[in-house]
Amino acid sequence: MLMFALRRILVSIPVLIGITLILFIMLNVVPGDPVALMMKEHASPEVIERVRAQMHLDDPLVVRYLSFLWNALQGDLGNSIKLNRPVTDLLLKAFPNTLMLAVCAALVSWVIGIPAGILSAVRRDSLLDRFFMGFSLLGVSMPVFWSALLLQYVFAMQLKLLPVSGFYGWEYMVLPAIVLGWSSAGVSARLTRSSLLEVMRHDYIRTARAKGLRETGVITRHALKNALIPVVTIMAIQVSGLLSGAVITEAIFSIPGVGRITVNAISSRDMPLLQGAVLFATVLVILGNLVADILYSVLDPRIRSQMKKDA
Amino acid sequence: MGADDPILSVRGLRTEFSGDRGDVRVLDDVSFDVGRGKIVGLVGESGSGKSMTALSLMGLVPRPQGNVSASSILLDGRDISKLEPAAMRRIRGRDIAMVFQEPMTSLNPVRKVWEQVGEPLAIHQGLGRSAIRKRVLDMFDLVGIPEPKTRLDAYPHQLSGGLRQRAMIAMGLICEPKLLIADEPTTALDVTTQAQILRLMRDLRDRVGTSIIMITHDLGIIAEMCDEVNVMYAGQMVEQADVFDLFERPSHPYTRGLLASIPRATVARAARRMPSIPGMVPNLAKLPPGCRFAPRCSDAMPQCQRPPDLLPVGVGHSARCWLHSAGAALPEGEMR
Amino acid sequence: MTLSADPAAILEPETIEEASFLRDTMRAFRRNRMAMVGLAFVVLLVLGAVFAPWISPHDPYRVELDEQLLPMSATYWLGTDNFGRDVLTRILYGARISLVVGIVPSLVSLLIGTVLGILSGYMGGKTDFVVMRLADMMIAFPSLLLAMVVMYTLGANLLNIFLALALVGWASVARVVRSQTLALREKEFIEAARANGTSRAVIMFSHIFPNVVPTLIVLFSLSIPEAIMWESSLSFLGVGVQPPEASWGLLVAKGKEYMFQAPAVAIAPGVAILLTVMAFNFIGDGLRDALDPSMKD
Repeated sequence: MLMFALRRILVSIPVLIGITLILFIMLNVVPGDPVALMMKEHASPEVIERVRAQMHLDDPLVVRYLSFLWNALQGDLGNSIKLNRPVTDLLLKAFPNTLMLAVCAALVSWVIGIPAGILSAVRRDSLLDRFFMGFSLLGVSMPVFWSALLLQYVFAMQLKLLPVSGFYGWEYMVLPAIVLGWSSAGVSARLTRSSLLEVMRHDYIRTARAKGLRETGVITRHALKNALIPVVTIMAIQVSGLLSGAVITEAIFSIPGVGRITVNAISSRDMPLLQGAVLFATVLVILGNLVADILYSVLDPRIRSQMKKDA
Repeated sequence: MGADDPILSVRGLRTEFSGDRGDVRVLDDVSFDVGRGKIVGLVGESGSGKSMTALSLMGLVPRPQGNVSASSILLDGRDISKLEPAAMRRIRGRDIAMVFQEPMTSLNPVRKVWEQVGEPLAIHQGLGRSAIRKRVLDMFDLVGIPEPKTRLDAYPHQLSGGLRQRAMIAMGLICEPKLLIADEPTTALDVTTQAQILRLMRDLRDRVGTSIIMITHDLGIIAEMCDEVNVMYAGQMVEQADVFDLFERPSHPYTRGLLASIPRATVARAARRMPSIPGMVPNLAKLPPGCRFAPRCSDAMPQCQRPPDLLPVGVGHSARCWLHSAGAALPEGEMR
Repeated sequence: MTLSADPAAILEPETIEEASFLRDTMRAFRRNRMAMVGLAFVVLLVLGAVFAPWISPHDPYRVELDEQLLPMSATYWLGTDNFGRDVLTRILYGARISLVVGIVPSLVSLLIGTVLGILSGYMGGKTDFVVMRLADMMIAFPSLLLAMVVMYTLGANLLNIFLALALVGWASVARVVRSQTLALREKEFIEAARANGTSRAVIMFSHIFPNVVPTLIVLFSLSIPEAIMWESSLSFLGVGVQPPEASWGLLVAKGKEYMFQAPAVAIAPGVAILLTVMAFNFIGDGLRDALDPSMKD
């Protein structure tokens, strides 16, 4: 188990290095002079000179990349140009908010999506099934920024039940979590449904029925665990989608998270901050994939013993 | 109810499926008995309705597409043909158990073997985990699983095909059912394992006294295992006899065809399948009007345009064929 | 050794089969009611987008400051925005951007993904390793952030949106195509071609490629709504299409300032996105079911 996890982590390292390289090239090489891109026209020569010195822009590219990598490894992502504070501090301060949003959204997504998917599969082709599947298609097809706006308008502006935006308490999390969770609830529901339908075709379901197990028992004791293995693992992989959604959600609801830092970094043309935020988010996605792989092996005994053999 | 009464007595079993193109009757008026402590064979080509008979008896025909009815199904003297699904569920796994064809896929891959084998005890007898574990260990011993203790916590993929089928049999027998239905229990196994599993089932019958319905397409297995034989064709019983009688005096041309296609040990492998019965099992939605076997039958006669009845041709031996209903040929059919 | 050189003799059975495959697919697709509804909507949308200048009496860009935020009326069916421009007309012009953004980058990422996927799957070895690690990296990037970085570096305009979306999209196409190629490589007809001494390029292009086409069609139809979604998100965040162009995402972003006075200005373009994305999803699902029934559920 530990061996497997370690090996999986080792495999992720080249991917991570490749990503830093791509990111570095995109932000430092492609634009030619990153300072020009950051400052646009109005900047005094002194300021430009200061930033250049601060970012060691006059060193050769290879040196700059290696020192970026070396510093990042030590948790130093440079200083924000606009806020003049360490990028790492800013990100670590913002991360709990993003994490909370993501966890709440995932809860919403699972609490709605998985039961809806199960009911849809059990009552396949019924009115309920069609209702849930129509609903989930709606969730998937709705742009996050637009459903956020609608909910804000109805629940905050018109009904005044919840705050419009900001983040000063749990009630500020309700709308954002629903907005973000709702779009992935559709995915969870569809996935659960199709996975369960696939499992219900297997011979061991018939065996379970032949034992005299009632239908709810057949589903909870025999079908569900098999059906949820792919669902749970894909949910972990979905961290990427959740992060993308969080960028938009945080921007709309003014939640001071990693996503809003990214958007602000772009609009204030703060390259070190942008670089750090994207790298941070990517590490999260890679961690998500890692968790997915490990979860899969924990849940499925077939993979587990496969791993023992390999290790 | 005496000791001579059959453990199972099926009368007029009829199973229909409704589909896009109308209803299809997959079982038509199936009747047969299973004596106490007997092994009774159900034989036929695939599509003859033998597995459907098993599923109908178990109440496992998928609803609402499938619809099962019968004049009576007496299990140990009690009619189970009109039971509610909930009552039927209490019989499944306790009074009638089933062993399926594919041991590889019939066990749940993510649950330990002992939990699955012992589950009927939890369902029907409400036993706790430690009691179940002990009983499963005994059953593993009974069905000849080597090192039973170490296999309890195994997952299905860690067992060989033969061991899984033994585990399936243990699962079937764990509540000491009145009847065990084995649906092609050895088809998926290699030849050596096949022989071992068959020997095990015969042993269990001798030691525990379980009555068994043996479903197979292989008359070799029938000859080796069964006391009585029911031959099915296109959803009907076409011949019923004592196993010796059937092999001595096969009365239905279909049975003769099946017998002729039994592989003989001395014949080379390539020639083994020959001679087989020409033609194919008819589409149940488009059955011939008369005898269902007539289109493939080398003995077909003009009468065969009308459906024959299952009539006695000897003591405890009957067949559904005009060849043997010389006397009945005229009136019965004409009067309908 | 001479092989039969008559192309007709070789081609004929295949073309017949292809024709009937196409016919079956069309029939299955036509029987799917939701897919047909989706198709009808998309056709209407395309017509509306192409003929927008002739359909609408209003100018999408002309500012009329005395007609700001008017409610719905016979002249302005969905009212006007904060510059007095007709909302419906701007939505029609926005459809042009959404449709182009849906189709062009999807085609590009499909092309790149197919070429790399077939190469990777068929050649194996180093090629496979390099391509798949690249794909791993692209997939590990949160797509929206990657697209935002591209827009930051290269500047926010339509062409760079194409670039960003193609960059984000090719990796998943390559993965799917690679796994199909791996399966196809073991098939008898490929082995036979290899045994005949057919060159690798010919095998890849004329034997493997035709067999991944159905999958590509499905991937294409499902990547259109995704691209539309990404573009509108980027534009909403201000790193996509820039004003005064009328992208749907941008319309929602600008309209949200006036939610109280005129909610339709922000809500209507969102409805347009929702309906369009749904229509393409219906078509995609219909195509998938028609082309490969085993992928259903």
